[in-house]
This record gives sequence, structure tokens and C-alpha cells, in this order.
Amino acid sequence: MGMSTRLATGGRLLNRARAVEFNFNGKRLTGYEGDTLASALLANNQVLVGRSFKYHRPRGIVASGAEEPNALVNLGKGGRFEPNQRATTTELFEGLSATSQNHWPSLEYDVGVLNNYVARLLPAGFYYKTFMAPRAAWKHVFEPIIRQSAGLGKAPKDRDADRYEHFHAHVDILIVGGGIAGLQAARTAAASGARVLLVEQTANWGGRAPADGSVVDGIAAEEWITKAVEDLEKMDNVHLRTRCMGAGVYDHGYALAYERVADHLPANGQPRHRLWRIRARQIVTATGAIERPLSFAGNDIPGVMLASAVRDYVANFGVSPGDRTVVVTNNDDAYRTAIALKEAGLDVPAILDARPEATGPLARRARDLGIRVEPGKGIAKVIGGKRVTSVKICAQSGEGAALEEIPCEAVAMSGGWSPVVHLWSHCGGKLTWDETNAHFRPDPDRAPTNQDGEGFVKTAGAASGEVSTANCLKDADAAGRAAAKAAGFKPEPGDAATAEAEEVQPMLPVWVMPQGAGIAKRMKMWLDYQNDVKVSDVQLAAREGFESVEHAKRYTTLGMATDQGKLSNINGLAVLSQSLNSEIPKVGTTTFRPPYTPISMGSIGGEARGELFQPVRQTPIHDWHQANGAYFEPVGHWRRPYCYRRDGESTEQAVQREVKNTRQALGLLDASTLGKIIVRGPDAGRFLDMLYTNMMSNLAVGKCRYGLMCSENGFLIDDGVVARLDDDTWLCHTTTGGADRIHGWMEDWLQCEWWDWQVYTANVTEQFAQIAVVGPNARKLLEKLGGMDVSKEALPFMQWADGTIGGFSTRVFRISFSGELSYEIAVPAGQGRAFWDALVAGGEEFGLMAYGTECLHILRAEKGFIMIGDETDGTIIPQDLGLDWAISKKKDDYLGKRAQARSHMTDPNRWKLVGLETLDGAVIPDGAYAVGEGRNANGQRNTIGRITSSYYSPTLDRGIAMGLVDHGPNRMGEVIEFPTLGAGSQPIRARIVDPVFYDKAGEKQNV
Amino acid sequence: MLLLNCPCCGVDADETELAAGGEAHLKRETVGAEDEAFEAYLFMRDNPRGVHFERWRHAYGCGKWFLAARDTVTLEVFGTYPAQTKKPPKAIENALKKKRPDWKGWA
Repeated sequence: MGMSTRLATGGRLLNRARAVEFNFNGKRLTGYEGDTLASALLANNQVLVGRSFKYHRPRGIVASGAEEPNALVNLGKGGRFEPNQRATTTELFEGLSATSQNHWPSLEYDVGVLNNYVARLLPAGFYYKTFMAPRAAWKHVFEPIIRQSAGLGKAPKDRDADRYEHFHAHVDILIVGGGIAGLQAARTAAASGARVLLVEQTANWGGRAPADGSVVDGIAAEEWITKAVEDLEKMDNVHLRTRCMGAGVYDHGYALAYERVADHLPANGQPRHRLWRIRARQIVTATGAIERPLSFAGNDIPGVMLASAVRDYVANFGVSPGDRTVVVTNNDDAYRTAIALKEAGLDVPAILDARPEATGPLARRARDLGIRVEPGKGIAKVIGGKRVTSVKICAQSGEGAALEEIPCEAVAMSGGWSPVVHLWSHCGGKLTWDETNAHFRPDPDRAPTNQDGEGFVKTAGAASGEVSTANCLKDADAAGRAAAKAAGFKPEPGDAATAEAEEVQPMLPVWVMPQGAGIAKRMKMWLDYQNDVKVSDVQLAAREGFESVEHAKRYTTLGMATDQGKLSNINGLAVLSQSLNSEIPKVGTTTFRPPYTPISMGSIGGEARGELFQPVRQTPIHDWHQANGAYFEPVGHWRRPYCYRRDGESTEQAVQREVKNTRQALGLLDASTLGKIIVRGPDAGRFLDMLYTNMMSNLAVGKCRYGLMCSENGFLIDDGVVARLDDDTWLCHTTTGGADRIHGWMEDWLQCEWWDWQVYTANVTEQFAQIAVVGPNARKLLEKLGGMDVSKEALPFMQWADGTIGGFSTRVFRISFSGELSYEIAVPAGQGRAFWDALVAGGEEFGLMAYGTECLHILRAEKGFIMIGDETDGTIIPQDLGLDWAISKKKDDYLGKRAQARSHMTDPNRWKLVGLETLDGAVIPDGAYAVGEGRNANGQRNTIGRITSSYYSPTLDRGIAMGLVDHGPNRMGEVIEFPTLGAGSQPIRARIVDPVFYDKAGEKQNV
Repeated sequence: MLLLNCPCCGVDADETELAAGGEAHLKRETVGAEDEAFEAYLFMRDNPRGVHFERWRHAYGCGKWFLAARDTVTLEVFGTYPAQTKKPPKAIENALKKKRPDWKGWA
């Protein structure tokens, strides 16, 4: 007696020929193809499906669609585990496995429910108030308890086993919602020739109309829907998608739709979800309406459901929510539920209608069926624990004195309907308060506007606030017509579907039931089931001054979490406005933000995961590095060898070996990632003079010069060697990470400021492989390979020459970032690997070893060469680094020149670059600060400098560093202290020295 | 997501194809400028509620910079035009005067 169960007949969406086995909390259960998890659970008398967030109260299924706040489950296992899945929108499939959430140790017996008994101590704003309590109480008492009990569901532990993808679609008209309004709007719009995309979030077309028993064009809605879909499918200009939710509407006709391709067919090889990125000229939202709960005491006890959901379960899934269902309503629509139950052979002990009288045609029909109709009545209290057992009824106008107790297993409630205005509102569509239906509906005069300032969203049917089938169809036709016209098409004079006009008795807004309910009742009236927000909480928030609806939301948590208040928002703000003695439209709504319901993170990422997450740039020599023990590090999108580890070597040992070998014999560096930008044209020299701090126009053909680039703020942004290739052409080397940025920087100035200068730029970074041959034996190797004269006389330091080496066509630059004899040799990218191999083979007798970026860093630090990103951080000017020699005094102007004359830039107290040599040879931690005399306003020791680069130098066998120090260059020889972290740790003492630690005269590179 | 027409290649480009470049029609101040004028050039930007002229680069398209006149509140686009100009073209000004009669005009 009293169980919810499967009816012998009925269930228009079921295929009773195919049973489906599934598992809930370890129990093996059976449903049918066509079931949702929710309908299958109800058919198995599993009404209790979860526990609430705060009080851990038993929670049952309330709704039948996306608005469901309670029936959230952990779905799947391992790599297909996902929490917070709505049972109402989860299609049943063979082997589905779900567990309920928010309980310990079990759904039936949960210790967290103790919160329920101390609810008086956990009012609205509990968390905020607790923060104000003694700190110790928060840390030791409240936080551990809250951490234990907080959270909806559990985070997945395994890597997602599925794949996801993005679709890009361009259409004239996007229609969201495949109910009769969406279908009619699509028919009208498509007839104009416009390209139409129609998406429906569920697996079935038609929306509510079939379950409501609507009649369209004189035939049952179901038949009309089948035909409408068939007609649309035949049209080339129409695309239809089920299981595809309109998730968000954005600027200029952009929209996202979320297609659940394979949720119901897991692991079948298809992508699980597909995110549609749509650009539409016009969007029609035919998103329907959501029924509102009524606020009466005990309205959260399992078995209390929305009246429309009860109707859906009976009509669509052949499920009885219980033998006896009491209907409570403030409008005509819920009578349909009573009639549907009665016609299914179930008992409806009473319809409690809060309106003083019930006179509409549906009420007449209910009475004719023998249902007891009680106007002016409401529910004083629902009796039951994990399941409704009875209701006490009372006069709606009173304070709730019980008149009678009616045993029942289910309560079907209806507080009226709210149009789904989310998509309308996402991009700025405004709402208007409709007194007649007590809901916010889209204001067609204040639609979201597009790039032309014209409205680009129309609404159709119930989403417009229409109530009757006839008006929904009329409105949808008009919306389809208007959208087609606005998209530039001529709508045909139409043959829109029609329905007969219905006589409706007006609804009566009811925000609290009964109207004079005292505090004890209001503390048991749930507004937000998911977050445990009650009427009393919102009233408390209002009393405590949270008058803005946005503040009240955050204070009470009303309308937060996964359902975003789809059921609770309007009721909540109605209670708030009553508490504030204000009108509902004055209080307004909270902001509607996309997505409409949560979408998977996987769908947002699409294919961009794992190897496809980001493009990886590899040099032509990458495979060699990989085969020779390279330990890679990311540099921008590039992967560069940090070092090459040989058998048994640690990374540190490999780096030290590479440094020593390069200084003593011969090193080989893959420098292909270096930025290479060609700047050419009659005004190229003049342009480079503006770009670099020093002079480039007077660089002789065949020569190289190191240059610095600054922003208009005067700060260093890049450096590199420039080579003059011919009269009109320069080649600018940039840092590895800077190539694209600097090329863009050049284009910006050329296109937007000096557009009359004749200059052409080309980023040829990837066109060339560049290999640095470095060390005392460098020349020997090149001479052995032979082909061009690389002697000091023929090719002196800071010059370049074209020629052949070992049969390869090369361009050789005599530049050095190591302080050693060095040739940087460029070959066409396609020859890079072959040339590298030739160098490796030929270099064996000279002790050649490849070296990586860490060795490069140490070599340059030993020489006191700066590195962009180490010595600079976006606030450093060249003068800070002692690079005044690279700043032209002759030029009238260059980018950054004026800024470098600003008072702060010429301040003699700016920290300047020096070398630092630790007294005991230790390595100072990178980024460490030096402290000086005195303390600042916060009681901290004053800082007088910081480390910008710090390494162990194998060459000098000691720690060396560069840093910026207050008046550093004037304090040579002074010892300063760098405190280190950790208990009892001693500061590191370092002497201020010249930053050039090795070969101060620069003799080794110039041989 | 904004949709802007690139006047160089003619494509209606999604915002993800574009890079924003801040206020348009700045006059570069340099050596010889007073501190105040130079500071204004570096840091002071209009931040209007309404009509705004701004720089965009068709970064993942033709690579060219262009300028757009746009309403920062409604996101209405009054037009895009090549970057090689020191002030909005007449056609843009006319469109603006028609659509925003209270626009203060090009300074």
C-alpha cells in the first residue's frame, strides 16, 4: 500500500518491450527503454534520492526536468564518474550505475541530519557570522565539521575516459526549445528560406503539450508534433538536434549549445558531449516555463512534487507517485494533474485550491470526475519523515489551524508558472512583471541588441509568458515571422497551427501558505531545496538589512549551486519583497548567467587536452635531442633541451659537464628558436633607429650589433643581435619567447603610427635552423668541414658572411652569448638536422658535446650578459643594467627615450645591476632580497637589493649571482646580507663585484 | 562575443580572431613633451559609457590593425575603418550623429 510504482498501462515515452537493468546504491533495479533515471527510480519505489546540503534532510524527486534541485546523483565509475547529475535528465541505459550524495554512512541513516535538529543555530548567514566569532572556534570547531559535511557530490578521481568536441555553426535563425512553440516557430521561419537550427534539450520533441493533453490543428498534440518534425526534417535549410541544450546567448548573436551525444550510449566511440559554437542572425527562445513550488510547512518531504512533474511521470513514464495524491494549487493547471491521476485509476483525495473559489472549466471537470475540490484551502503541514504520510489542511487566509488530516503518499503542488527567461536575459534582455500570471516575462521592447543596435532575440510560446496552447502557437508563429524578417528573409503568408481558445480562471499569487503562518511553520517552508533556504531565512536576511536581491542571495545562498534557483528564485524574491514591504518588480531578479544548466568541463575544453592542449613547437633537430638524453624544458611553446643527461648523470652533473666542455673544448647549441625577423625597405634603417635604443641605420653591411628594445614606458622588452644584410635589409634576432610579440610590435608601429614609412617585415624564425658552434675548438671544426674562410681576418667578431660549410649553404654570424669563440650558423630549416649531424660527426675529435639552455644560462651569467625575463621584469630600464653604452646619445628619438627622462627613471636611488660573489662560495637563492639598516612602516627590515640570476659556476667553482642593488655600482667590494628562510638559518653574505666574472677583457670571444 | 568587420580583408571576424589594442587616435608624445602631456599619452585613457574609438588587430586573420567605433554599453558597432587615419572618417561621424544624437562629437 502506498508505494510509488509502475502502472500497468500508459507511459508514452516507454518501450515496454525492452527492460533495462541498472544499479542504484548497489541495488539492482529494472526500468524500461525511454525511462529517465528519475522515472525508473520512482517506478521502483525509490522516492528518497539524496540528502540536502546543510541539514542533510531526506530529499525526494521534485521535478521531471532540468529544474530538478534534489535528485542529484554520482553517476558512473572510474574514468566515467561524474557527480551532481540530475536523475530527471539522465536517460536510463543498460548497466547505468548511480549512487546518492551527501550522506554518511548511508542514504537511509545519515548522521549529518543532526544539523537538522540544531537548525536554529544554523540560520541564514551562519558562515559569515561564524567568521566573526572567536577565531579559535572557527578553526577548531566549525571548520572541521563543515569541511566534513560540505560539498555536493565528490570530485572524480580518475582521468576522464571520454572525448569531447566543438562544432562551429553559422545560421540565420537559432531556435532553442523543441516544444510546440519551437516547432511552430521553426516551421514559420524555415518557410522563408532562412537557415534554421532547432535544438531541444531532451531526447524527445514536443515539450509539455502531449502530457498536458493539448490539441493542435484538431489532432492530438503528439500526432501534430510527429508530423511537424517530419516536415522539418525534409527541408534542406533546417537542422534539428535533440539532446542539445541552448546553454547561453552572448554578444552579437553568438550562442552556445550543449549536445549530450553519448551520455545515454556510454563508451560507444562517439564524443560524449559536443559544444556548439553558433553565430546566428536571430535567436528564438522557445524555452517554455517552469512550475513554481508552494511554500507550506514540510514542502520538502519526499513525495511532495511539482504538479506538472506528477503529470509527466504518469503520462510519459506510466509511473504512479503513490496511490493517493493530494493536489494543492493556486491556478487551474494543476487540475490537469488531478484529472490525469484519476484517469490513470489513482486516487486524488482532494484538490486544495488557495483561491476563494474554483470556477474554471478544469475545476468543473475535476468535480465531474468526483474529485473533492476545496477552494480557499491550503496545507497547514505535511506529515512524514522520509516519505509523505498525510497532510493537514487549513484555510489559506488563516494562521494554519488544522481542519482535517488527509492520509496520502504524494502531494502535487503548483504555485503558478514562470517563463524560462534565462537565455533572453543572458545578453541583456529585460523583463517585465506580469500581474495576471504573477511572473516575470521578457519585455519585447527591451530585447538584447546586436552589433547594429537591433534586437536579436525573440521569444515564443510559454517562454513569452503565454499560458494557453492557442496563444503559444500564435506567439510562436509571430516570433518565427519576426525572426525571419529581421534576418533578411520574406516570411510566407502563413498557415500556422491553431488550437481552440480556453477559458481560464485567473491564478492567485500565493507566496506563503497559509498566509498568516507563524515562525514555526515558516521555518519548515523550504524555498530552495538544494541549499536548505527557508522562508524564515529570507525574512531574516531582510531584517538584517540585506535588501538588495543580490545581497540576499549571497547571504542566504538562495538560488546558488547547480540548479541556480530555477524553482526558488521567484518565490524567494516574492518573500523578500513582502518582508521589505516593496513590490516584486522593484526588488527585481538576480542576474541570469550562462550556462542554463551546468555543462561538462570536458565539453568546454573540447579536443584541447593532452597533446592537443597547446601547440608544441619543435626545432628541426628535436628528434636528435630526444635520442640523446635531452631533458626538455618549455620555452614559450617551444621545447628546448635543458641539458643532455648521460648514463648515470644527474641533471646538475650534466649541466656542469656541458659548461666545462664548452669552455675547454667545443659545445654545440640548437639556437633555432631564436627569433629572426627581416626588416626591409627604404625606411627600414630609420624604423630600426626608432625601435632600438642604439643606432642601427649606420650599421655597415656585413656587420652585427647588439641592440635593446624598450616600450614607450622606457622599460626593456627585448634584446638581440641585428645584422645588416644589404642596403635595404636588416635581420633582427629576438629572444626565443619574444619573436611573435616583437614582430607584432613592429607591425603595430608600422601600420598605426608610421604608415607612410616604406618598410616590410617578415618573421622568418621557423624558416631557419640556427646552430651555435662554441668553444676554443669551434674554428677547427668549421675548417675541417671546409668551404668558406672562417678565420679571424676573413670573418672577425661581430660580422657575418654567407658561404658553404661542409657542403651546406650557410649564413655564419660571429656572435657570442657565451664569451667563447663562437659561430652561430643558420641553414634552411630543412637542412638543419643534416647540418647538425655533420657538425656532431666532425666534432668528435675536438671533444664536441651538445649543450642545453641551463649551460647557456651559466655561460652568459659568468660573462655578466643580461637575460630578458631574469634581469628584467617589465619595470627595468637599460640604465638600471649598466647598458648606457647601448643607448645612442645622438638620436633625437627612439621608443622609450622620453620615458627614460621621467623623474622616477632618472632617480639616482634606482637599484642597479652588480655582480655578487658569496664569501663562502654558496649559491644565493634566486630572487632573494638583501636587507639593510632600519625597518619600514610595517616593521619589516628595509630591503636594499635583490637577486636576478644565481648559479653555481663550474668554471669558477663557486656561487655567482647578478642582482639589482641600491647604489650598487658605487659600492664595489662591500659585503651585503641575504637572509634565508627556515628556522635558525644564517644569512648568506656576498661581496658586490663587477658582473663580468669571466674573461673581463673579452679576449676569448674575439680570437 | 563581438563580431567586427575587418576593413582590410573584409571578413566578419569573431572576437577570438582579434586582439584588442585600446583607445584609438592617440597622439604620440615624445622627446620635448611636457611631463603632463607625456603622462597623459602613456596612461590617461578615455573610459566612456557609450561611444568609444578603439584599436583592433585581426591577429588570427590578415594580421592588420583597424579601428572601430563602438558603444561600450550596448556593444553596438557604428563602423570599422583602416588604422591609417588620424580621426574617424566622415561616414562614421555621420552614422554616429544619426544613431547617437547626443554624442559630443569628435574632439
